[in-house]
Amino acid sequence: MSAKLSPRQVGDVTVIDVAGRITLGEGSSNLREGIREMVAKGNKKILLNLGEVTYIDSSGIGELVSGFTSVANAGGQLKLINLTKRVKDLLQITKLYTVFEVFDDEAAAIRSFA
Amino acid sequence: MGVWSGMAENTSEIKEVDTYLDSALGSADEAEHLVLGVAQQMGFHEDDLHKIGMAVRESIVNAVVHGNRYNRRKRVHLAVLNGKDHVTVLVGDEGEGFDPDKLPDPLAEPNLLQQSGRGIFLMRAFMDEFQIRRLSPSGTEFKLVKFIQ
Repeated sequence: MSAKLSPRQVGDVTVIDVAGRITLGEGSSNLREGIREMVAKGNKKILLNLGEVTYIDSSGIGELVSGFTSVANAGGQLKLINLTKRVKDLLQITKLYTVFEVFDDEAAAIRSFA
Repeated sequence: MGVWSGMAENTSEIKEVDTYLDSALGSADEAEHLVLGVAQQMGFHEDDLHKIGMAVRESIVNAVVHGNRYNRRKRVHLAVLNGKDHVTVLVGDEGEGFDPDKLPDPLAEPNLLQQSGRGIFLMRAFMDEFQIRRLSPSGTEFKLVKFIQ
């Protein structure tokens, strides 16, 4: 299943629950468009919940990076929660694990935007 | 079509798959299915199956996107060889070729936040052996090898 995004608001933080595969094609473009939409609406605090992401390839990693950069360029922050072991390993070997702020707990992640 | 180097260099390897795929993204699914079918039968455990699958998908996407540039008249060659204690996957395209030494390092600081450029790095990271060679008269072949732990 290509990645599906379900945004919800927790205070002034937009949490985007991502489920499925973030791969080149529909999955990665869904992620790209989803983040772009949030930024266009003026949402500057974005939390991607990757707990239901079953697979991510280099293109998906690229969209995470692109999203991070575009949100930062708009004066906002994009953070990650609930990485599976495989996604975490991928971010570690690509040296991106320390670029993103990553949390296991949503409440702690939301507090971090303050 | 170039001269494929699909002949097994190691004569003890059995060619389990030898096929041509379309220059379309859907070929990544097909290739992954074919390769993992062989790898599973060989006894690779789940973590290595995942790594092999990822490396194969990256190689097919590279062949489709960068090699053949989605040209429907060009095909991607896939061969899978069973070497008993290792699997060899050969992925070839009909593109113009490239110089791997000129690829930017995706782990270098200036490149860390680039949107693309991690595919070949991940193929190297997930497989035990990885080689790139030019095909004659044109094209590129990736050779990916994984040993059973």
